[in-house]
Amino acid sequence: MEHIRFILIQNRAGKTRLAKWYMQFDDDEKQKLIEEVHAVVTVRDAKHTNFVEVISVADSLSVLQFRNFKIIYRRYAGLYFCICVDVNDNNLAYLEAIHNFVEVLNEYFHNVCELDLVFNFYKVYTVVDEMFLAGEIRETSQTKVLKQLLMLQSLE
Amino acid sequence: MLVQFFQRTHYSLLLLGKSKEAEIKRINKELANIRSKFKGDKALDGYSKKKYVCKLLFIFLLGHDIDFGHMEAVNLLSSNRYTEKQIGYLFISVLVNSNSELIRLINNAIKNDLASRNPTFMGLALHCIASVGSREMAEAFAGEIPKVLVAGDTMDSVKQSAALCLLRLYRTSPDLVPMGDWTSRVVHLLNDQHLGVVTAATSLITTLAQKNPEEFKTSVSLAVSRLSRIVTSASTDLQDYTYYFVPAPWLSVKLLRLLQCYPPPEDPAVRGRLTECLETILNKAQEPPKSKKVQHSNAKNAVLFEAISLIIHHDSEPNLLVRACNQLGQFLQHRETNLRYLALESMCTLASSEFSHEAVKTHIETVINALKTERDVSVRQRAVDLLYAMCDRSNAPQIVAEMLSYLETADYSIREEIVLKVAILAEKYAVDYTWYVDTILNLIRIAGDYVSEEVWYRVIQIVINRDDVQGYAAKTVFEALQAPACHENLVKVGGYILGEFGNLIAGDPRSSPLIQFNLLHSKFHLCSVPTRALLLSTYIKFVNLFPEVKPTIQDVLRSDSQLRNADVELQQRAVEYLRLSTVASTDILATVLEEMPPFPERESSILAKLKKKKGPSTVTDLEDTKRERSVDVNGGPEPAPASTSAMSTPSPSADLLGLGAAPPAPAGPPPSSGGGGLLVDVFSDSASVVAPLAPGSEDNFARFVCKNNGVLFENQLLQIGLKSEFRQNLGRMFIFYGNKTSTQFLNFTPTLICSDELQPNLNLQTKPVDPTVEGGAQVQQVVNIECVSDFTEAPVLNIQFRYGGTFQNVSVQLPITLNKFFQPTEMASQDFFQRWKQLSNPQQEVQNIFKAKHPMDTEVTKAKIIGFGSALLEEVDPNPANFVGAGIIHTKTTQIGCLLRLEPNLQAQMYRLTLRTSKEAVSQRLCELLSAQF
Repeated sequence: MEHIRFILIQNRAGKTRLAKWYMQFDDDEKQKLIEEVHAVVTVRDAKHTNFVEVISVADSLSVLQFRNFKIIYRRYAGLYFCICVDVNDNNLAYLEAIHNFVEVLNEYFHNVCELDLVFNFYKVYTVVDEMFLAGEIRETSQTKVLKQLLMLQSLE
Repeated sequence: MLVQFFQRTHYSLLLLGKSKEAEIKRINKELANIRSKFKGDKALDGYSKKKYVCKLLFIFLLGHDIDFGHMEAVNLLSSNRYTEKQIGYLFISVLVNSNSELIRLINNAIKNDLASRNPTFMGLALHCIASVGSREMAEAFAGEIPKVLVAGDTMDSVKQSAALCLLRLYRTSPDLVPMGDWTSRVVHLLNDQHLGVVTAATSLITTLAQKNPEEFKTSVSLAVSRLSRIVTSASTDLQDYTYYFVPAPWLSVKLLRLLQCYPPPEDPAVRGRLTECLETILNKAQEPPKSKKVQHSNAKNAVLFEAISLIIHHDSEPNLLVRACNQLGQFLQHRETNLRYLALESMCTLASSEFSHEAVKTHIETVINALKTERDVSVRQRAVDLLYAMCDRSNAPQIVAEMLSYLETADYSIREEIVLKVAILAEKYAVDYTWYVDTILNLIRIAGDYVSEEVWYRVIQIVINRDDVQGYAAKTVFEALQAPACHENLVKVGGYILGEFGNLIAGDPRSSPLIQFNLLHSKFHLCSVPTRALLLSTYIKFVNLFPEVKPTIQDVLRSDSQLRNADVELQQRAVEYLRLSTVASTDILATVLEEMPPFPERESSILAKLKKKKGPSTVTDLEDTKRERSVDVNGGPEPAPASTSAMSTPSPSADLLGLGAAPPAPAGPPPSSGGGGLLVDVFSDSASVVAPLAPGSEDNFARFVCKNNGVLFENQLLQIGLKSEFRQNLGRMFIFYGNKTSTQFLNFTPTLICSDELQPNLNLQTKPVDPTVEGGAQVQQVVNIECVSDFTEAPVLNIQFRYGGTFQNVSVQLPITLNKFFQPTEMASQDFFQRWKQLSNPQQEVQNIFKAKHPMDTEVTKAKIIGFGSALLEEVDPNPANFVGAGIIHTKTTQIGCLLRLEPNLQAQMYRLTLRTSKEAVSQRLCELLSAQF
């Protein structure tokens, strides 16, 4: 049963800017995963792939070792957008799902920056839920997502 | 460029993280303020309540604990304003609390919103269920959501959310999602006009189809026709679902994944249409790109790779397989690292298809080049995997040579795996065993530290089993040992082989017995205790092989550094070997120390290790099953394919105990078959005897029948804790070994043992733990469990280690019991008694009448029955004092329905327990297990 286990947005210093979990983890496990993802992702550069298999990574990911998982990530300036999926999942589909999501954020916040994610966190969660739900891709049309987001904004 | 948007630095953001103390101070002040607002006499209006709940959330997301505000958040759920409701739901989703009172209130609010017919509110409610996905929510809403999903007047966006919400509930509580009329209507959502609805529905259908393929079979033709419409559409047809000129890439990927739940379509028309789709996708890959943007090529290739996965999954169209292989071949030299990586990965699976194996082999040079030039270790790792997968007899010498040369510079993280792969390939494709011996010795020379015990045990097994290579092996190790600095593993192999076959080269004056002995002994002082122990055994074997060096060896054994060695093991060996050499006649010596008999052939221990390392699914057995069926290295029949049980290291001592799974072989040479009592004692350094069960183990075992977590065993040195979870026929157990002392445990070896009877019914998989456990440290081991068929016995966990100078050996029963694979089933009174009557055959019922061992408390009893795994059915039994339960035991082979009834008799302090299932052994076992609980 493949699906997204979590979505993480972190900055280079390792501060979490968004964490959405699609699987039960306790708080300690979440913290370990956040640290582990930061450690494996930040050491990579443009010559590396955008995929990290977590199979060989230290024990703290052992909560995930029941089966193997991988992190698909993309860096936008100082922010890392990471999606954790099953090893068998389609890498490029999730890589572009990240970009699609970032384009929506950019449109919605008019030139999005890290601070928008911090202070408008509740809106970011809404964007996530429009595009990903229950660990699955829910809606991919940027037009439809933005239309819905503007409708919700008009209710505020 | 988007990249820049995140780049603007914000002063206030820096301030936030400026000083930890300042931040904490500010936050504590804010928390105190919010608390006083919530506690104040004045009722807060909705806006303020929202404002403060939102602040709390913000503080929580900054990483601070929040222990209040839950009630206020729940209150927000019943607001009629979107913003207030949204913040309330978000708080619940992020900070979910299983406080039962709140859950009831939350569920109530969700219920109201679901019934509101307001699509925005329905969406919020559904997203909350999909985020939390708890069992309580499944109980409350699993029946309702399918109705929302298929109702004619439901808005598209609500349908999308409902489909995925239902998927989440099905994942967490499949037993609570009732199949019914709605399933066929869900399949038809694949035809929906709204592509967003199709996208969401496809995920739901895929998951349901994996579990109930028959019921969702009609989805195949619908998915094919939907896919066909997408791939043949012009890039503008799908409007907002076209992403960088690629029509609906994510939906295409999902549809192709759905099709991978099924074999190739039987209907020729559907099959033809699908083949056309796949050809179109392959053709498009050859067309010039419609955009230079990476988004375009990524989206296009996402679909392409998924199509190739489907082609490989079907493994039935040689033409498509070869085309796929050629396409991937182009990607191997692409400038995008991602594509090179994915091509290597995908080709690895193509290599295992008989149709494309040869086509994959043509890319060998490119792959070898990747091994040498790629900057990303994960790409090189894929190259190693692919070389391993494409290896056969024709290219084995080249591939093994390349891997060996890569090993010289390979990253530490993947060395051990490469060593294992080289060892396996060398063994598997050896025509000439001198090549095999050279390869393994090279391995030890280049990467001695990464050569695990399995590898050097194996070379010894093979040399012992093949007499045509023994002389060569003796000569080669003798030469290799000439190097001034050689790896300790070489000393082990050399010592062992010369001890057995040194006589084959003793005729050459350059390798006379004395020279052999002096050579080995010159390494002795540099070696660790286990290697020294092994060398002492070699020396006593020399006493038998070469009477002329007996006095020299006796002198060595007699020296203070041996006879008075601080290590008990070495001292004992020296004393006993010296005595043996003095008192035993030549005949007795010859019998005791005769050449090792051939090892019984089983699955290569190295292959088992690689499987353990990578997981069974990633090591393809194709070679064993298809092409290489006739290969057998040791002249014996090949072992049964891939026993997945834990720790199947073929130590020769295992069979002596009659246990299916064996502990790893001891560090010294295995006992010689003619060994007699004396030597057995000497050699039983560790691991060959399993301790009887620890006292109290039975009691502890019983405590775990109705629960999954806790302390299983504890003595003054060691604590063993368990945490486990089970779903259907699968389970996962975390075993925590805590060293309670301040001293290291050495050679720490936990072993799972399934009896012969248990082994076919229960699969356990685990990885070895680090052999050293530091004082005060805890190590963790994960055991993956699969129940194949019903079983009675429990596996035994045997732990051996050295503490100080003493050898510790502990065995406990591991509480993996049949009831762990229970899924509760709710049913009405009428159904229960109908089924009860159907199971009235005397073999199906087992009854036990027993005295209560614990106070007879209704609530405790209920909790135990639920903990046991069955559903507790209220208002079923006409006598309200009785307890009735029902559930299904899931095994890989079958599912067994179980009914139970417990009748307490308070006056007599007795219980009567009755179990009815379709299988006598199951009724018997469940009755036994549950009776012990009251």
